Amino acid sequence: MLNRYETVFIMNPVLSDDQVKEAVKKYKDLIAKSGGKVVHEEKWGLKKLAYPIQKRTTGFYHLLEFEAEGTLINPYEVAFKRDERVLRFLTVKLEKHSLTYAEKRRKNRKAAQAAKKAEKVETSDKTEKKA
Amino acid sequence: MATNSEIRYLTPIAVDTKKKKYCRFKKTGIKFIDYKDADFLMKFVNEQGKILPRRLTGTSLKYQKKVGQAVKRARHIALMPYVGDLLK
Repeated sequence: MLNRYETVFIMNPVLSDDQVKEAVKKYKDLIAKSGGKVVHEEKWGLKKLAYPIQKRTTGFYHLLEFEAEGTLINPYEVAFKRDERVLRFLTVKLEKHSLTYAEKRRKNRKAAQAAKKAEKVETSDKTEKKA
Repeated sequence: MATNSEIRYLTPIAVDTKKKKYCRFKKTGIKFIDYKDADFLMKFVNEQGKILPRRLTGTSLKYQKKVGQAVKRARHIALMPYVGDLLK
């Protein structure tokens, strides 16, 4: 039976965009190889950490939502542990309530992204304020 | 409500104004507490980053457990601090 999981991981901030993409692709391939599939992907970008991890204060956040066999999770997490580019990761199984929440979140994000495209100038201002 | 009595106070008596606490998750029908939403979870910690007890927030036991887990997950992925100072 396929289960739904969600992983948030933080990558080293010194990586270039291509290196980040490559790392994400590696995990997506890992899921695909075992017969699972990636349902949703989110890039949160470079964020400040609430506390330093490995003496780094920022990191690239990434979220993967995927369907997979339960037996995948072990090798999948081992891959994260061995990867020096990844500072921190968290895999969570989605059950009934969190699944509906995740779907709602996905929809909201889609709507937000559409609005973002319409008003690019305003969003750039907002991100500056946040930083 | 019953202000028809003879004696009236300029300021209401403290005993009467004790507000009943309620569980916000039960009231609004929130079933899942997201660990990714750090701004929301900030309501359930004090300025040191400690999780507030049920007796202060009024959260029901069922959801207090979920709040606790969500806060701990948020801490793990560095969205919230384990220890903080003047968070609010």
